Amino acid sequence: MTKEEIVSKLPYADPFLFVDQITEVSQKHIKGHYTFDETSDFYRGHFVNFPVTPGVILLECMMQIGLVSLGIYLLRDKSFDLRGNSTVAMVENEARFYKPVFPNEKVTVVSDLEYFRFHKLKSKVKMLNADNELVCSGIFSGILKPGDE
Amino acid sequence: MSQDIYPQLKEIIKPYLPEDVNPDAISHESHLVTDLNINSTHLVDIVLDVEDAFDITIEDDELDKMETVKASIALIEQKLAAR
Repeated sequence: MTKEEIVSKLPYADPFLFVDQITEVSQKHIKGHYTFDETSDFYRGHFVNFPVTPGVILLECMMQIGLVSLGIYLLRDKSFDLRGNSTVAMVENEARFYKPVFPNEKVTVVSDLEYFRFHKLKSKVKMLNADNELVCSGIFSGILKPGDE
Repeated sequence: MSQDIYPQLKEIIKPYLPEDVNPDAISHESHLVTDLNINSTHLVDIVLDVEDAFDITIEDDELDKMETVKASIALIEQKLAAR
């Protein structure tokens, strides 16, 4: 499965797709990036007169690259179709924020798999900004279930 | 044998109990999901902790053999005996 195919299989679309490109992927690891567009609607309200990317959106971006994209890759030989009858759900995130992310900033997400068993994918996920500074790190887990099970 | 497994299993389960479930509620007959309100993802954590604690491997299709405390002990005993 190519890196482009992973992105095309994500179950998200504008305005809630937070993956531009996957740049590295293996059985244990994934890396990808996203640039936050200054015209995104949430900047109008977060915050008034001071646009900063909301933490929940950063978590979502980390989840989409670090968990869901990795899961799509790991389940490439199964009938795992998140636009069909397969399911995905976030179950845990234990995150710490270090730096704000402003409009038009490019972030890189790196995820290292802890385990993927009994449909539960748990991973150590980090987000870095363009200067390679740590923005957020945490342990995330989610349930990814192919439709035929 | 099960006398040894039970207290150990109880200690493994405890941290995954929801706040409103008292650890004293754990008994041999407890169903992990319906009686103890443990969610399915924590069930996975319990299985992984059990694997580490007893140095056994539980296969993906054996998760449903760990629905109750009693059934879990039976599965652990079976795995230990087969080692």
